[in-house]
Amino acid sequence: MKSILTQKQIQITVKRLAHQILENHINLENTVLIGIQPRGIFLSDRIVDELKTLLPQEKIVYGKLDITFYRDDIRQELKLANTTDIPFSTAGKNIIIIDDVLWTGRTTRAALDALVDFGRPSRLELCVLIDRRFSREVPIQADYVGRAIDTFPSQKVFVRWKENFGADEVVLE
Amino acid sequence: MRLSSKNLLGIKDLTRDDIQLILSTAGQFKEVLQRPVKKVPSLRDVTIVNLFYENSTRTRFSFELAEKRLSADVLNFAAGTSSAAKGETLLDTVNNILSMKVDMVVMRHSASGAPHFLSQHIPAAIVNAGDGINEHPTQALLDAYSMQEKFGKLEGLKVAIIGDIMHSRVALSNIYLLKKMGAEITIAGPPTLIPKYMQEAFGVHVTFNLKEALAWCDVANVLRIQLERQNQPLFSSLREYNLAYGIRRNLLDSLRKEIVIMHPGPINRGVELDSDVADGPYSIILNQVENGVAVRMAVLYLLSPTSSNS
Repeated sequence: MKSILTQKQIQITVKRLAHQILENHINLENTVLIGIQPRGIFLSDRIVDELKTLLPQEKIVYGKLDITFYRDDIRQELKLANTTDIPFSTAGKNIIIIDDVLWTGRTTRAALDALVDFGRPSRLELCVLIDRRFSREVPIQADYVGRAIDTFPSQKVFVRWKENFGADEVVLE
Repeated sequence: MRLSSKNLLGIKDLTRDDIQLILSTAGQFKEVLQRPVKKVPSLRDVTIVNLFYENSTRTRFSFELAEKRLSADVLNFAAGTSSAAKGETLLDTVNNILSMKVDMVVMRHSASGAPHFLSQHIPAAIVNAGDGINEHPTQALLDAYSMQEKFGKLEGLKVAIIGDIMHSRVALSNIYLLKKMGAEITIAGPPTLIPKYMQEAFGVHVTFNLKEALAWCDVANVLRIQLERQNQPLFSSLREYNLAYGIRRNLLDSLRKEIVIMHPGPINRGVELDSDVADGPYSIILNQVENGVAVRMAVLYLLSPTSSNS
């Protein structure tokens, strides 16, 4: 088991990702954030918290998306659906999709399909904590990356959070 | 993550976990139905036949809409305009349809047990959309969803089921479901429309007094008088039924409490429900219809074929 990010590094990385998002989206004007259920929410919650301290005056528009019904492996196995909560219009908005790990890209593909059903966004971007490079099965790339790593398909990346594992850490097994 | 059964023949066969899984999945589909594009691609490679050997408006439309919202391909069959009228048997009809590569069958039939019979002979998943006087499982599920939505829980809820219990598949499915989920049930209606031994068989309270049932309950699920299933007169007239068991506004007002009114439809206005009750502030009848689509989407999704189960 190899450590990829420690608690301290995750804190710094989340701050950096929040700053990079702001760099491209000044005051988050016309920009909304969407976390991917279930595990992307831990990261998106923290990025949103960070953005709130950076922009105390602004109202940050933040939603959660579940992509279960859009999965391309649904005929292989049914997965339990989580709550989607997007109580605002995304039509004409810049959407930043937030997830913990970008691996094959299939989850992101499903998310892109799903988001179009909420209205045509002006622009879609992707923010991930871990990018497993050279493992893509669809042509998708992230705009904001916490840490890019090279892995074998047989390896597993575990992103753990205080909320579900008692401590923040990213490890490779 | 699947139901414990490959078909939905009745609530009787479901576990408490199954019911909870269907209700929570229905909640996710209800959100889908609020989106600008009210549709997901989950069942786009699945073909479903709606086999209706008995008339229906709500249930057939609700199933068809649920199937289309899931992107399934849909075939509609109505007995009156099909070769069933020429004498083709149920099993022959279904086998012919299945040979055209149909994956799931939604079926309504006037004979109790028809979907159970079918399930012993065909591999496709079957959803019972009402069989005779036996069960109507998706109606009970949407009733439960609507009650849970209104009250936040089913456990401990006091539900009165009122009217023609004898001929009602809705009543039986509701009783099975509510008992499994820990709700309390009172059954009310004229003695001729309530089968004997209900109390012993199901652990429900039985009363012939409408006011007593209403005074006790949080929810009144009012059933339709099913004249088409009554071979002999079981009460003297509709007017008399209305006088003794019809729910009127002044009766509800006299109880000085909020009672949620439900009805599976179609309503006989002025018989079991007066219009000012059916359309009144405590009625959630149209919410039931709305929730029906989400609940049926959940059932179809959870029973849809996957390579791991076939």
